[in-house]
Amino acid sequence: MAEQVPILQVKGLVKKYGDKVVLNGVDLQVEKGKVIAILGPSGCGKSTFLRCLNGLEEVQGGDILLENKSLISKTTKWRDVRQKIGMVFQSYDLFPNLTVMENILLSPLKVQKRQREEVEAQAKELLARVGLADRANDYPRQLSGGQKQRIAIVRALCINPDIMLFDEVTASLDPEMVREVLDVIAQLADQGMTMLIVTHEMNFAKLVADEVIFMDKGSIHEKAPAQQFFSNPQTERAQQFLNILQF
Amino acid sequence: MLNSGISVLFEGTNFLRLLEGLFETLRVALIAVVISIVMGIIIGIIRTSKNKLVQIPFRIYLELFRIIPILVWLFVIYYIVPANFGLELSSELVALIVFSLWGAAEISDIVRGAIISLPKHQVESSKALGLGVVQMYRYVLIPQATKRSIPPMINLITRMIKTTALLTMIGFVEVIKVGQQIINVNNLEHPTVSFWIYGFIFFLYFCICFPLSRFSRKLEQKWAT
Repeated sequence: MAEQVPILQVKGLVKKYGDKVVLNGVDLQVEKGKVIAILGPSGCGKSTFLRCLNGLEEVQGGDILLENKSLISKTTKWRDVRQKIGMVFQSYDLFPNLTVMENILLSPLKVQKRQREEVEAQAKELLARVGLADRANDYPRQLSGGQKQRIAIVRALCINPDIMLFDEVTASLDPEMVREVLDVIAQLADQGMTMLIVTHEMNFAKLVADEVIFMDKGSIHEKAPAQQFFSNPQTERAQQFLNILQF
Repeated sequence: MLNSGISVLFEGTNFLRLLEGLFETLRVALIAVVISIVMGIIIGIIRTSKNKLVQIPFRIYLELFRIIPILVWLFVIYYIVPANFGLELSSELVALIVFSLWGAAEISDIVRGAIISLPKHQVESSKALGLGVVQMYRYVLIPQATKRSIPPMINLITRMIKTTALLTMIGFVEVIKVGQQIINVNNLEHPTVSFWIYGFIFFLYFCICFPLSRFSRKLEQKWAT
């Protein structure tokens, strides 16, 4: 088979807030089905990087290509792009005025104009997969943080994205709830979902990621297969980072 | 002696006339409230824009109604506009214009405040799900903002009803004007009449405004979570 074109390519991405450079020329290629963990100290730009990928931040330079088509142009329809690149955030961001099922159905029905029966069936199946089939009619306030986050993942998945972005999805959860959310993401990895995961859970990254990217001060310092990165980090900065975490 | 005034309340059609006056009060208030809510919601949503050119004119509009007493607004439009522009405006029309503009300004501020106080990630997750701006407002932001807006809106409606008392000053015949007319006629014969008439008007305003104010408190407590 011919060389596969990466589903997502990032070339020299630059993001500035005023004079402050947050991303200083980030390059990345993501092949279909790959899981990439993005690690780095707070404020290194990893969250901002994810947000640039689905148009939540304007970029000041470089290019992002989705299936070889540039997203950095005036004519980019981010609404369409976002149906291909799903995102889950750190804050439990369900809509409190809607039930779990309504949260999940909103975008498939209103944005994608799909048939209710079909979407509902898919939603039920996804809910069952994350162990929350009985919560379809609950409101978000009736759920724990971990449950909300699992629903948020289902909601993003129900749009049938090609790529999922996870932005520190376990960072504001109670420790005993982290596991249930990570299990869901690990499941997705097994199913071959393409994912970019910003996380502070090193063991999880080691286990799930194909490739690890280490970012600091707005650029990628090291890019390596997960096992290699954790056992034998090449850059001094990554070594320091891993040492600090090995308490 | 004190009791003699109370009989005036029930003399002839006095009682009925007072109720009619109250009806006029409420009619003007209600029309103004409906216009205010519709305009206020639209202006409130527009005012969530970050564009300064949009924000500033509406901000000036709101402040004009906050800073300048409503009575002055009534006088300006009732006396000065007709005198200078040759427009003949009835007191009722002036009342509706001033109260609607005032109510819309205040409600736009309530609605804007409710929307911008919603957590930022509600907007971001709407966007990340591919919702368009109109869909985001319709399904996510407005339903949540409505809940936050209703108690302060009811409080504003109570204030608007009370403030219709000023309409006496531009000759609009509402409940207080009717009361004054009855008092003027009977004052010589029954010196205590003003006590009874104003007491009754006091009671009428209380009957209208107290339930509203309680209702808004109840909703606030219920939705406090």
